[in-house]
Amino acid sequence: MAQTTQISFTVNGIRHELSVEPRWLLVDVIREQLGLTGTHIGCEHGVCGTCTVMVNGETARSCLMLAVSADGAEILTVEGLAAGEGLHPLQEAFREAQGLQCGFCTPGMLMLAHELLRDNPAPTEQDIREAMAANLCRCTGYQGILQAVALAAGRPATPAGTR
Amino acid sequence: MATVERQWIGKDVPRLEDPKLLAGRATYTDDVRLPGMLHAAVLRSPHPHARIKRIDTSRARALAGVFAVVTGEDAKELTNPLPAFCAEPVVQYALAVDRVRFVGEAVAAVAAVDRYTAEDATALIDVEYEPLPVVTDPFEAMKPTTAKLHDPLPSNLAFEKTLTFGDVAGDFASADRVVRRKLRWHRASAQPLETAGAVCRYDPVSQRMDVWSNTNMINFVGWLIAGTLKVPASKLNIHPMYVGGSFGSKHVLGKVIGIAGMLAKRAGRPVKFMEDRVDNLLASENLACDRFYDAELAVTRDGIFKSIRIHVVDDYGAYFQFGHGTHGNALAQVTGPYRMASFEYTVQCVLTNKCQQGVFRGAGSDAGNFCLERLVDGAAQELGMDPVEIRRRNFIAPDRFPFKTPCGNIYDSGNYPAVLDKALEMADLAGLRRLQADARKQGRYIGVGIATAQQRSVYGPTEFWFWYDSPGLTSAPESVGLSLGPTGEFIVTMFSPFWGNSPETVVAQTLAEEFGIDPAQVTVTYEDSQHGLPGAGPGGSRMTVMLTGAVVGAARKLKDKLAKIAAHHFEAAPEDIVFANGRAAVRGAPDKSLPYNELGLKAYWFKLDLPAGTESGLEARHTYDHPYLTKPSADRKDLGAFYPMMGHGVHVPVVEVEPETGRVRFLRYVAVHDVGTIVNPKSLRGQITGGITQGIGMALYEESAYDGDGQPLTGSFMDYLLPTAMEVPAFEIGHVETPSPFTEYGVKGGGEGGRMIAPAAIASAVEDALAPLGVRVSELPLTPERIVALADAARAR
Repeated sequence: MAQTTQISFTVNGIRHELSVEPRWLLVDVIREQLGLTGTHIGCEHGVCGTCTVMVNGETARSCLMLAVSADGAEILTVEGLAAGEGLHPLQEAFREAQGLQCGFCTPGMLMLAHELLRDNPAPTEQDIREAMAANLCRCTGYQGILQAVALAAGRPATPAGTR
Repeated sequence: MATVERQWIGKDVPRLEDPKLLAGRATYTDDVRLPGMLHAAVLRSPHPHARIKRIDTSRARALAGVFAVVTGEDAKELTNPLPAFCAEPVVQYALAVDRVRFVGEAVAAVAAVDRYTAEDATALIDVEYEPLPVVTDPFEAMKPTTAKLHDPLPSNLAFEKTLTFGDVAGDFASADRVVRRKLRWHRASAQPLETAGAVCRYDPVSQRMDVWSNTNMINFVGWLIAGTLKVPASKLNIHPMYVGGSFGSKHVLGKVIGIAGMLAKRAGRPVKFMEDRVDNLLASENLACDRFYDAELAVTRDGIFKSIRIHVVDDYGAYFQFGHGTHGNALAQVTGPYRMASFEYTVQCVLTNKCQQGVFRGAGSDAGNFCLERLVDGAAQELGMDPVEIRRRNFIAPDRFPFKTPCGNIYDSGNYPAVLDKALEMADLAGLRRLQADARKQGRYIGVGIATAQQRSVYGPTEFWFWYDSPGLTSAPESVGLSLGPTGEFIVTMFSPFWGNSPETVVAQTLAEEFGIDPAQVTVTYEDSQHGLPGAGPGGSRMTVMLTGAVVGAARKLKDKLAKIAAHHFEAAPEDIVFANGRAAVRGAPDKSLPYNELGLKAYWFKLDLPAGTESGLEARHTYDHPYLTKPSADRKDLGAFYPMMGHGVHVPVVEVEPETGRVRFLRYVAVHDVGTIVNPKSLRGQITGGITQGIGMALYEESAYDGDGQPLTGSFMDYLLPTAMEVPAFEIGHVETPSPFTEYGVKGGGEGGRMIAPAAIASAVEDALAPLGVRVSELPLTPERIVALADAARAR
């Protein structure tokens, strides 16, 4: 078997000591070794952003990052977003504005929005659009996602446009 | 139209699906983990056409962690050919046998302890190829002298047919003008963010094969997979998964199931094969139609449409999996929302050295609508008429429904002028024209597009075979199970999987309406194929209609029993029992009512309180058949009603085009849809905005391109461009509701309209923007290169 390296990192507040092959991607370690399957794989070449997680407070594409590069890091995945049972207010906003359909890109979108609202609690519509354009969604046409982020920011949601 | 007051249908209730999806707790195929499970990777052909002379897998087998390596030889031994929906002799295995016919075709597959090791092993497989002649141009391919892709076929022209309905020759002869357009619709692909995949577990002792896969049709054609996997159909069990988007691309998935299945047989362990994005882009069931139209519209000088004649060459790629089904879809609405007495449709399906077509939202009607609406815009231009007026003048009037089209398909209901009026009112067309005129004075190119479309929904399977002389399938049912437990809680079981939108919510809202309960109280589950009832699964915009129908049917059966029990209790007549506000009550006697939990408890555990002859328990199952399907006539002059629930829509996009850079920017986008009674407005809005966004992709960005040597040019998301949040406008969505007379609650399907209308509407808008240059749009996507070339060519004229 290939050589492995000892690393440790914290995921959603739980510290892990792991033995990984240096070539293993962070997303594969999160999913395969830790069993946290809420983080999904969309393209494995860094374009779609489906696998986005937070590493040391910054969003990262876990399909472009080696697990060994996350040694010592604090990682947040979708499973750690809500405190306790129930949904995080951001997740509630996604539900209310229907910022999702199939749910596959959703964990990555939540991570993007989480970072945006932490750094910019009162984003303009353009701020939201630019930030959320980092990830791809194939179902919604983005309108619900943008409205969800605006809703979560405590601003009145952009008019739904439905008459 | 009388307005019916409803408690839940038509209300924006929160989706039942959302909490688990938002929490990352739904189980998608890649989330399945079984003890001892191996991971697969596939070696794909670098050649568009070649004979496989020799495959040496010894180095791959010797790699530590590798359990099995399979090739075409193993595919022949362990499997049968993949299910195909065509009568023509085009044989396809999950792994190429003897010969590869497109770049990316699976040649060998490995099962190993992890995906990394499996991929390492594929690099150790040595394949010797003998290149064969490559053909990528369908016109070249169909020549009798061109080398054939499939020996049993007479040529690469796999299928050819002309269907004529009404007096086409007469209508063309008496027309004042014939508008002719040659149009090009390139292949796009569905690209759901979740790729296709399967986990297979085989028990050689019992011959049992369990499959966990994001295939959409677990009951309808699931048994065909048993044939492919060479297991008895009764021993195959397909488990429904949460599906991360399909858009038509996950109907069958015989390739991934076949590969995982044969590896599971060979390795004696469960095997997971998830496509990576490259697998999906190059070799899945993603690719849409790829058509060359030569089309003519016969019109009078007053702009009345008399007839349409379409000749379409469709480049199917290397195999013929879904046959000409996408042309059956197009036939459902060839004449669109317009009165026409006749039409002729000639299709030539050609095989070339590219990945085969699958299905993508719109499924052939998308291209068909682009063709029709380009002709309509062409007629307006040539006759000097307003593009809105010419459409309005030809609309089927609201009092003409049900309307029989020239080929016999029925349009159930519609109010096309109302949809158009609403779109124009929302868009403020006069204001837009002023904006456009002012912009032109400043040298800016602003365009207003308009397109209509029919939104056929609830397909009938006759469309697969009315092309041939012999008859075929006539069922496309959907079923649910319903139970009311002893605690008064309702459970609905579905027999088709979650494919990416809101089936659970539709089911819960319908049941809530039937029983007067809160939809949030309904539990919805999915059943595997071994315990399944008939269900054709998602596809052809059918699920909202079919699930609504199935739930209403099951609710009626359950109510019959509940009414008997309640009537017995109150010494009333069963027909006097009504169901509302969470209770069964005697009509007109409000004090005589029982809540569902008391009825449930009684039905399950108080047998001696039940009327004589009543079994314990409260359970009903219902299979809802296609609500309006008729047989084609023997001479095929009348194809019967096969796609009768007909929605409608009008889009008005406003774009600004830069002819120097080719950039297209949306200033506004108005879309009005009529898909009958709306069950959940928010869910429908998502379908519309998502569909339009895919239509924007088709119109401006997306093309699954090959070069002339058969090499794919779009092998990553860097090349195959999906629209991001920056490319879409703030959509303005409006609704008209014309209920269907044939379905429960008057529901129609609304899954595909956005993508069917947007390409035609955007083409119209770009053409309108560049009208001062005299540009004609006849090819999509309108990439910057194409727009600059169109503008330059127009200026040079």
